Amino acid sequence: MPHARNPQDPPSEGPSGSKPVLSAADVARVVDRMAHQLIERAAASDPDSPDGGLSSLVLVGIPTRGAPLARRLAARIEAFSGTPVDVGTADITLYRDDLRLRGVRALEPTVLPDDGIDGRLVVLVDDVLFSGRSVRAALDALRDLGRPRSVQLAVLVDRGHRELPIRADFVGKNVPTSRTQQVKVRLAEVDGADEVLVTEAEK
Amino acid sequence: MKRHLLESADLDRDDATLVLDTAAQIDQALAGREVKKLPTLRGRTVVNLFYEDSTRTRISFELAAKRLSADVINFSAKGSSVSKGESLKDTALTLEAMGSDAIVVRHGASGAPHRLAHWVRGSVVNAGDGTHEHPTQALLDAYTIRQRLGRLEGVRVAIVGDVLHSRVARSNVWLLNTLGAEVTMIAPPTLLPVGVGSWPVEVSYDLDSVLPKADVVMMLRVQAERMNASFFPSAREYSRRYGLDGRRMALLDDDAIVMHPGPMNRGMEIAAEVADSVRSTIVEQVGNGVSVRMAVLYLLLGGNEPA
Repeated sequence: MPHARNPQDPPSEGPSGSKPVLSAADVARVVDRMAHQLIERAAASDPDSPDGGLSSLVLVGIPTRGAPLARRLAARIEAFSGTPVDVGTADITLYRDDLRLRGVRALEPTVLPDDGIDGRLVVLVDDVLFSGRSVRAALDALRDLGRPRSVQLAVLVDRGHRELPIRADFVGKNVPTSRTQQVKVRLAEVDGADEVLVTEAEK
Repeated sequence: MKRHLLESADLDRDDATLVLDTAAQIDQALAGREVKKLPTLRGRTVVNLFYEDSTRTRISFELAAKRLSADVINFSAKGSSVSKGESLKDTALTLEAMGSDAIVVRHGASGAPHRLAHWVRGSVVNAGDGTHEHPTQALLDAYTIRQRLGRLEGVRVAIVGDVLHSRVARSNVWLLNTLGAEVTMIAPPTLLPVGVGSWPVEVSYDLDSVLPKADVVMMLRVQAERMNASFFPSAREYSRRYGLDGRRMALLDDDAIVMHPGPMNRGMEIAAEVADSVRSTIVEQVGNGVSVRMAVLYLLLGGNEPA
């Protein structure tokens, strides 16, 4: 099981500009690995289930890029296990604690599977884990949406610098960064291509 | 978005669409939920400052603010220091001194919310001022049209009745025009305002000829309380020429809808069989009002520093 690190010390970086962290092929490989891990963990959490616990699993993406990521993970899980997995999205904008700092923004859809999330294993899916505040907001949102049996967190990139006691259960890649750097996850569904970059802050 | 919502003209096409889209997302997010409450405006205070009577607008704003976890103070002129002669300005400054972040105001004088917006630091939302505007009603009407018909661009809307006294009509004309709908006004000549020629609308005096071409018929309430002169000979004559009854409803296209901002005078501008028909969106409009007002409060207050 990958354990989340919290790298406080940024590594020395080259000259400013953007540095690729994951290529399109890397992203596909990482998503495949995470799908396998999700299958294992679902089976471990529900050993008596005939389908390896996958029927109680719900992947809930956090918009914008967590949503297509959740759909991809579900598609890979189905490809590996033969069992379809429920997917949803939960917009957390109205639960954020930084609206006053960053201003209001347009909302994105919240869609849950027809069976809801009560009593199920919910895995929140996001692209980057940074301060942990989005995850806190998502946990608050989940509390209003139902009562899952258990909630886990899957992220494509963990960049450190947590401001809350939150860690991910599934990490695609740990990317040590400094606070001033930006991690840009680009996904084909949203941005036209798959790629993860670390860029120096634009000043 | 601007800081205040005083009239439909405060919203350009992008802002108006943002409000409608936000309302739709809120609607969808809250549908079927046990806990219909969001923490977005926790710790903010919204004052409903109502100098005129209201059922649905006041309750709708109250519910919208409460669903966003704001604290709500309901102020009605009756039973307050207004009856001792306190002015609008002093009342507003008093409320702001107690920490209100937004004032939702309804007032009998056209332009009262504009004056208020110059006196207070928080946001001002016009909930109806005299015969001027009622922008959140227009937003919820546009939302309802879009929900039923799937679009606003090119939709033909007939607004029927007491246009002269109707703030709902004014707000709808400007907002629907912004959003690309085509508006026709149908009213007796005595109930059309003087400057109607400069509005972006068609005008007709013959309801029967307009109905077959309309996608939306919006009936306005005959506002007896604002009528200090004889605008038409009798209620029966008005009803016969400008009321929507079952016979007229049959002239409508199959998908056309009938709207009314409420409160209705059943049997006057709208027959009971029309108000209760499947074409009628009157109850939906009320439900949509809460979502639209949540969207407005979120967009106006969500990003502001608390007062």
